[in-house]
Amino acid sequence: MAVSRVEIVVPAGARPRAGRWTALARFARKKPLGAAGGVLILVMLVTAIFAEILQTHDPIATDAAATLASPSADHWLGTDHLGRDIYSRIVHGARVSLIVGVASTLLGSVLGGIIGLLSGYAGGNTDLITQRILDILQGLPLLVLALVMSAALGPAVHNVIIAISIPIIPRAARVIRSSVLSIREMQYVEAARSLGVRHLRIAFRHILPNTMGPFIVLCTAQLGSAILVEATLSFLGLGVPEPYPSWGRMLSVSAAEYAQKAPHLVLFPGLAISLAVFGSNLLGDALRDTLDPRLRGS
Amino acid sequence: MKTYVAQRLVIALLTLLGMSVVIFALLRLAPGDIVDILFSTAGYVSPSEKQAIMKELGIDRPYWVQYVDWIRQMLTGDLGKSYRYDQPAWQIIRPLVPVTLELAALSTLFAVLIGVPTGVISAVRQDTTLDYVLRLFSLAGLSMPAFWLAMVIILCLVTWLAWIPPLSYVSPFEDLKLHAVQFLLPALAVGYRSSALIMRITRSSLLEVMREDYIRTAWAKGQTGRVVIWRHALKNALLPVVTVIGIEFAFLIGGLVVTETVFNLPGVARFLVQAILWRDYPIVQNLVMFIAVVVILSNLLVDMLYGVLDPRVRYGG
Repeated sequence: MAVSRVEIVVPAGARPRAGRWTALARFARKKPLGAAGGVLILVMLVTAIFAEILQTHDPIATDAAATLASPSADHWLGTDHLGRDIYSRIVHGARVSLIVGVASTLLGSVLGGIIGLLSGYAGGNTDLITQRILDILQGLPLLVLALVMSAALGPAVHNVIIAISIPIIPRAARVIRSSVLSIREMQYVEAARSLGVRHLRIAFRHILPNTMGPFIVLCTAQLGSAILVEATLSFLGLGVPEPYPSWGRMLSVSAAEYAQKAPHLVLFPGLAISLAVFGSNLLGDALRDTLDPRLRGS
Repeated sequence: MKTYVAQRLVIALLTLLGMSVVIFALLRLAPGDIVDILFSTAGYVSPSEKQAIMKELGIDRPYWVQYVDWIRQMLTGDLGKSYRYDQPAWQIIRPLVPVTLELAALSTLFAVLIGVPTGVISAVRQDTTLDYVLRLFSLAGLSMPAFWLAMVIILCLVTWLAWIPPLSYVSPFEDLKLHAVQFLLPALAVGYRSSALIMRITRSSLLEVMREDYIRTAWAKGQTGRVVIWRHALKNALLPVVTVIGIEFAFLIGGLVVTETVFNLPGVARFLVQAILWRDYPIVQNLVMFIAVVVILSNLLVDMLYGVLDPRVRYGG
């Protein structure tokens, strides 16, 4: 045989895929703040999953003998006006916040993403009309829209999720559309088209995977605002209904009446909300810088 | 320029029309009708009574008739009648508008006062510890719920200064000082939150401008750093910031909704929440529409302002 040995030369820059851990370590070294945000989200995730193990008391059980207790060895973060353990309620609140936050972010981003993909790929009048409709949705303040939605749908976990996801749709559609617009003009798409691949298949199989970067950035950034909106809705009494312990509602019940006597009632749930949102904002910023250089600094 | 303004106005009107459809449809999604909700405390409503009430409220008619009627009402400036107060809505809303406008203006002022200087410092000291601290500071503002921040501020005042802010609204004509304090605190809470976006835009836009040739020229002329940054660079860097302040307005109203509730200020936003909780739908519908008009007008105004501030911007057809 003429060709007996084929030497595969691997250029130095294109080493075989670095392990996931190496990639993570590099991200942590380059973006320490983003990594810190990731850790905060991870802590929240672990808390949400293992709430039953981490709790010290039943989060719903009331205790008339220990109402408004200050933080102590028994009640780490004190108790509320019904004698419920604040620490255990915060631990379970992480579950509610995360479920509502992640579900509404995913729902809104996927729906918006599909709309953005199709309208960006189709172009022309379809795109124009879709954009105007999205303008309408985006013109309303996010919170006002979510407020009206959740009031109209009634208090239930799935309704809160829908109410929060609707305002996310136009934002997601914008982001995905703009990246589809540039991908659409690439040569491999033209190649696929000339091979006779059907439009829907091009859109979903060839273009969609390449919008993953902006999509992930979008989801992380929206997660924080979704958690915040959930807390606000619950604070106003329009969010997740009793008996689920929700961070926002822990603030509303306690707020006016007991804050002076027991400041821990206001302090700890608010800190939990802030840390969760802070974590997702930090991670979102770092991911944007890493995955989507075009959006850098915006 | 004239055609551009006309074009923008037409688009704004179409957007508003679309919004009215969305709002109308959203509120009709409500499970059960308004009569059931209104009389849920009374327990039982006889079917004939219910029919009479529905007829009185005009909700027995087909949806499109109700919609057309609503639009006609809005066009004549009639905001309808509140179910709860049995009063024309406009009479209830009118005294609330100045409160919200004052709060919004003060919050925007705080947002700019916090956002622009931190953004400038952050850009000038790019990638130093100070830059990181300031960016964290602004991101922290974005992460804290405005209502919680407001509660913590009140709590601190009560605990450390033993000063309890007035629990009910004080008119500026009664006691100007107390009125100012009452407004400055919530405005600070909302403004800090809104300053985050302004800070970011200021920072990134200043960083971009600093790389321009004319800035290098200014340095080469031997200008001092302060003059280069504040006179030459910032003037151009602030253009995108102006746009953001306009966009911010929608964001701001979201923050006001809860802050007005926490501070017990009788503004439009707090009233909206109450109307939603009472299911006073005619009021909710009209208030949301009112907010939409304000948001769209402010966006339009900012776009116009942009052309005045930057002569390079041409409003093409």
